[in-house]
Amino acid sequence: MLPFLTRRLIVAALVALAVSAVSFGLMFVAGDPAVVLAGQAGRAQDVEIIRQAYGLDRPMPLQFFSWIGKALTGDFGTSLYFNLPVGAIIAERLPVTLILGSAAFLLALLVSVPLGILASIRPGSALDRAALMLAVFGQAIPSFWLGLILIVVFGVWWSLVPISGTETWQGYILPVIVLSYYAMPALMRMTRAGMIDVLGADYIRTAQAKGLPRIRILLIHALRNAILPLVSLAAVQFGMMLSGSIVIESVFAINGMGRLAWESLLRSDLPVVQAIILILSLIYVTLTTIADLINAWLDPRLRSA
Amino acid sequence: MTMTRFGFASLAGAILAASVTVSAAPALAGKADDTLNVAFALEPEALDTYKIAGREGLILARHIYDGLLYKDLDTGEIKPALATSWRFVDPTTMEFDLREGVVFHNGAKFSADDVVYTLNTVLDPNYGTRFRIAVDWIEKVEKVSDLKVRIKMAKPFAGAIEMLADALPIYPAAYFKEGGSAGMAAKPVGTGPYRLVEMTPGIRYAFERFDGHYAGSPKGKPAIGKLVVRTIPELNTQFAELLAGKLDWTWRIPPDQASRLASRIQVVSGPIMRIAYVGFAVTGKGKDYPTKNVLVRRAINHAVNREAIVKAFAGGASQVLNAACNPKQFGCAQDVVRYDYAPEKAKALLTEAGFSGGLDIEMVFAAMPRPVAEAIAADLAKVGIRVTLNEQQYAAGVQKWRAGELPAFFTNWGSYGTGDVAFIISNFFGGGADDLVQDKEVIELVATADSAQDRALRQENYAKALKKIAEQAYWLPMYDFNINYGLSPALVFKPHPDEFARWWLASWK
Repeated sequence: MLPFLTRRLIVAALVALAVSAVSFGLMFVAGDPAVVLAGQAGRAQDVEIIRQAYGLDRPMPLQFFSWIGKALTGDFGTSLYFNLPVGAIIAERLPVTLILGSAAFLLALLVSVPLGILASIRPGSALDRAALMLAVFGQAIPSFWLGLILIVVFGVWWSLVPISGTETWQGYILPVIVLSYYAMPALMRMTRAGMIDVLGADYIRTAQAKGLPRIRILLIHALRNAILPLVSLAAVQFGMMLSGSIVIESVFAINGMGRLAWESLLRSDLPVVQAIILILSLIYVTLTTIADLINAWLDPRLRSA
Repeated sequence: MTMTRFGFASLAGAILAASVTVSAAPALAGKADDTLNVAFALEPEALDTYKIAGREGLILARHIYDGLLYKDLDTGEIKPALATSWRFVDPTTMEFDLREGVVFHNGAKFSADDVVYTLNTVLDPNYGTRFRIAVDWIEKVEKVSDLKVRIKMAKPFAGAIEMLADALPIYPAAYFKEGGSAGMAAKPVGTGPYRLVEMTPGIRYAFERFDGHYAGSPKGKPAIGKLVVRTIPELNTQFAELLAGKLDWTWRIPPDQASRLASRIQVVSGPIMRIAYVGFAVTGKGKDYPTKNVLVRRAINHAVNREAIVKAFAGGASQVLNAACNPKQFGCAQDVVRYDYAPEKAKALLTEAGFSGGLDIEMVFAAMPRPVAEAIAADLAKVGIRVTLNEQQYAAGVQKWRAGELPAFFTNWGSYGTGDVAFIISNFFGGGADDLVQDKEVIELVATADSAQDRALRQENYAKALKKIAEQAYWLPMYDFNINYGLSPALVFKPHPDEFARWWLASWK
């Protein structure tokens, strides 16, 4: 297991570094950051002064290496927009996204995995069709629409929950529901497909012939094998939730990482964008590495791969 | 200026407006606890005025800080603020008597040292003041006595008084010296009518009326005790908050949404200084664009049915412009050539210019709604001008434009909210880096007007410049903007054309 782990970690670190370098280059391709910073009322003269004041006139590789050098020591620099340490801004927003993403992920798993298992027991049954319908709706309804409808019904009409913001825990209720709803279809269908596949396998028939209890066959024998692709998918889904949903964060005025990334991109706040990309790529890489490790633990055949 | 953040705004807005009609009347939460709940769609920047480009941050800053002077926009009168009187000692030296007994939010006493240190610091190019035009006319500021300062001007500048009127706030010297710009960003301290009590940068700002705000302030004593400003990026969510009575103030509601909301909340519309225009590459910077030909530019001016476009898309009281400025600005002469909508005349002009077979041009639009750009392109197509339309972020578009890579650029300009043509035509026709026309005659006229102190002389020279600009059709001036405010029914609020919300003047009904 140890060589496997080491190999995975080295690859993970290289991926994070490569993502960082590419995104840094892309920021400059997308438009001169000095022009963006000058804003719409900025004149050509203002742009020149900003370019010098923020060191944007230095060669790009130099800017990148000076940034990454400091980032490795934990110094992400100062936001060009807020004139505050990037670390402090991210410390403000990351917890919001972590709570939202984790809660939505848990809710999605709690609903979709049992539903997928139930649906797989009798494919084509009423329960299976109901689950399928949920999945189709989940994939078809745009998240901003669902979010706004929930706001109107539960926020404006019935005043049960706050409409926007996360000043109280109640503010998380609607966005968690909306965010999790989008992860459910894929997770549920993956569980169902995997289970149907496995339930047709010879060893399940053998287990049934041995007279093992049905629940034991389903949860121990079948699920352990059916869950492999689900773990990989879940890791990616969880990564997406942790990187924040721009649309959902916008609709509910949640100040998480997704919106910070989006807004910072629009205003060319390079230090913030770079820090977010580094953090998010680390999160992704960590999650997929964990998924690989879980799979390797579940299925010994994968360890030598 | 972003009109809608996402394309779905109007669809969802319709659902929202239709569905809430069954709900109860909004509870007036803000009035009950004397708190004005404000929402912006965009995040305010760090609250050091000198480094703010966005309107949101500037508005908050004006509640925290004061300038030497103040302009009463309702009367146009310049009023004393931190300075009680002022005079020109010579054409480039201004002297100010400062107010006695003013205190900052941190208890520090206001004196000449604060004025001298603040202004001398921000006019140093290394400080990185966002808009050089605001400070580059000052050479240095000198202390005469504890309550008297002199500003030595680097050049005669007609906009000096306008700039000193609340655009150049005074910081507490000792505090500013210690923390610098970052200190002001982390915890702003001013002499203004409100003081900041809590801040999550970009997310939430809480203010309280500053009871120590100096007597005789032109901003007066605010009627409303507390302000809470939040960022709510999605307009529909803002509407939901408004309808639920949890929000008292928001702005920049698109015209179609405004009419739907008008029956449920208080919607107020007000004109602003911003105007929309299409600029043409005249020098071309080495490229041979058809827009270098005056006949083509005139043809374009005749070909676009601006009247219809304004009616269909601009909404409110917007009007078609003829001169390259906002009619509300000082010096914006209106007796210039008018290009009426005349497609036949446009075709004839194109034939005369040697383009009887039509021509192709690229037009980039930025910070303008797509339908308006498409309407312009459609009108031009009718006379044989085939437009390749590209939408870009403002920064990307303006960069191409300045580099001479575009024959036409459709965007808008807000003149810093200032009612003087110096803040628009001096930039685009004054010979600087943003001037892609470089008309020697216009440059000279603008320079004369910019540096003159005599208003009549300024007016005369700007008028001549504007006439030449229109006659040469250097621009296709489109229309002036109006913005809609969504307000709690219990709120009394008056919008101003400079896009600065003055909540210190707001009150409850």
